[in-house]
Amino acid sequence: MKIPTPRSLYYGLGKANFIQYIIFAVFLLFFYLPLANLMMLAFGNKYEMPAVVPQEFGFKWWQFVLEQNSLISAIITSFVLAVIVTLVSLLICVPAAYALARFDFPGKSIFQFSFLFSNAFPKMGLYIAIAIVYYKLNLMGTWLGVILLHVINTMMFMTWIPMGAFRSVHRQQEESARDVGAGPFLTFMKITFPLALPGITVASIFTFLASIEEAQGTLMVGFPDIKTVPVELYGIIMQYPTTAGPVLSFILLIPALLILILGRKYISVDSISKGYNMH
Amino acid sequence: MTEQNVKLRISNMTKRYSNGDGVSNIDLEVKEGEIITLLGPSGCGKSTILRTIGGFIGVDQGEILIDGHPVQDLPPEKRPTAMVFQSYNLWPHMTIYDNLAFGLQIKKVPKKEIAARIDRMLQLVHMEGHEKKYPTQLSGGQQQRIAIARALLLEPSVLLLDEPFSALDAKIRAQMREELKRIQQALKITVVFVTHDQEEAMALSDRIVVMNKGAIEQIGGPTEIYDCPRTRYVASFIGEMNFLPGENGTEVAVRPEDIWLDDALDPEMNAVIRTIMPLGHYTRVGLEVGDHFLRAYVPKTDAASLRVDDNVALTFHKKYVYDENGGLLQ
Ligand SMILES: Nc1ncnc2c1ncn2[C@@H]1O[C@H](COP(=O)(O)OP(=O)(O)OP(=O)(O)O)[C@@H](O)[C@H]1O
Ligand SMILES: [Mg+2]
Repeated sequence: MKIPTPRSLYYGLGKANFIQYIIFAVFLLFFYLPLANLMMLAFGNKYEMPAVVPQEFGFKWWQFVLEQNSLISAIITSFVLAVIVTLVSLLICVPAAYALARFDFPGKSIFQFSFLFSNAFPKMGLYIAIAIVYYKLNLMGTWLGVILLHVINTMMFMTWIPMGAFRSVHRQQEESARDVGAGPFLTFMKITFPLALPGITVASIFTFLASIEEAQGTLMVGFPDIKTVPVELYGIIMQYPTTAGPVLSFILLIPALLILILGRKYISVDSISKGYNMH
Repeated sequence: MTEQNVKLRISNMTKRYSNGDGVSNIDLEVKEGEIITLLGPSGCGKSTILRTIGGFIGVDQGEILIDGHPVQDLPPEKRPTAMVFQSYNLWPHMTIYDNLAFGLQIKKVPKKEIAARIDRMLQLVHMEGHEKKYPTQLSGGQQQRIAIARALLLEPSVLLLDEPFSALDAKIRAQMREELKRIQQALKITVVFVTHDQEEAMALSDRIVVMNKGAIEQIGGPTEIYDCPRTRYVASFIGEMNFLPGENGTEVAVRPEDIWLDDALDPEMNAVIRTIMPLGHYTRVGLEVGDHFLRAYVPKTDAASLRVDDNVALTFHKKYVYDENGGLLQ
């Protein structure tokens, strides 16, 4: 598939949206200002109250954290898990979203509703219910178990956002593709999917970030073998010097920031619900 | 003149949607190089017929033959047709060039030839130099030109156009109409055009198919349909028509320009002039006959002597009589 160029995005999304993204980026800056504090903690070798700025900057705590084998493996676990969860969720939810957007079938509304269901319960209750089932299926403490749990968690927006994006692709645009000789699959790959891509990207970002920061469920289902960074953070509060915390939070934050900066073109209310506009 | 080939033949075709709407028992023959228009009010089934030809919906019954081959069971990508919709034809994430090239690439046309053909086609629709733009950078009329160009690049046996100009404003619409006619004549391509705009149908078509509630009422050339409307519905739908009750439940129809105001020896009836409205080269005269109103178009010179409240004798130069079912009696 062709990667969209900035030009194709600018014209695909329209000028109004483009300006919105810039405003959004400024907003993010303010929103993330508290992170500056976190950064100072993470990069401060010597930081004694009541100073505003650390007395000495450096990578002392980073070195400390990176020397802990358990922490390194937690970081790797977190990222691998998030990538797998995002891919699995995409594979399951994008076809479902397309079906919901395009076809009428018996039980459609119940099917649609079931995606909301997983997010309708208090999380802890849901996890306990899941844990009971997992014990029976021997999924406790397994990768499969944790992946499934994360996928269930993210199914709602992974289906609903792309569904809106698919709905906004005009039928004539698909029919024109069929008309010039593309079969159903090629039409999906070349027309429908690229036009819905902004919405799908936003949903994937949400899923990735949600998976990275998920702690409760992972702790409950994955313990003791699968430790992600958030799970490890719980332990750190008790075991390690406090300043290791900010370093870990920072590591967790890097992908989020990267994605937000790279993906800022896609992130707007419009692109979530409508995808490309055609005026 | 030699007998022209039949390019498209629809026989006894029926398509009903699950809610009962649709079209029934459609029979239609379109000859090679002909431009035929499906004309009718909103919801009468024009798009339905066009979409069955293009393959976007299946038929319940009947046959569709293009160049003698049955196509009713083929998907759109396998049919020798090309369609232009009212809007949203183009793919906004592709440049104009890519929009045009997509179909040719699927057909594995060599790169050089694609470029040459796109060049020629852009010239034909007067859109040279727009290759690198994106669809949103074009006006509505320009977008439709590109959509038509894309359809023509496929060299279809039949070009299908579903109200392609109805989203454009009146002036551009008239201009696009003329251009379409020019292109159609240059390429001698067979066209099925859908519109609910009479003027557009009259201006473009070799023949017009007048439709009503999912069925064909009359097929004929623009003049034929205007001069000999075979049903009361066609008479009322095409052009202007006065209706008067006749004998035994029949209805008499007469066009405004066929009402003559004179002192003929044998007048049809007497009327009182109620309004006189000069409209340039002719004058619109409102007439009262008993409790009915008629409208007559009178040449400017003849209208000079007319006054409101005058009594006049009317002759109908030409009239139609329809029975109670709307069929033409004479
Ligand atoms: N997919 C569908 N499902 C059910 N009914 C439909 C569907 N498409 C069209 N109809 C109905 O079938 C009838 C004919 O529709 P069609 O679109 O062919 O009309 P049209 O002559 O093209 O009208 P317009 O000038 O408004 O485009 C209408 O009553 C319409 O409501
Ligand atoms: Mg229509």
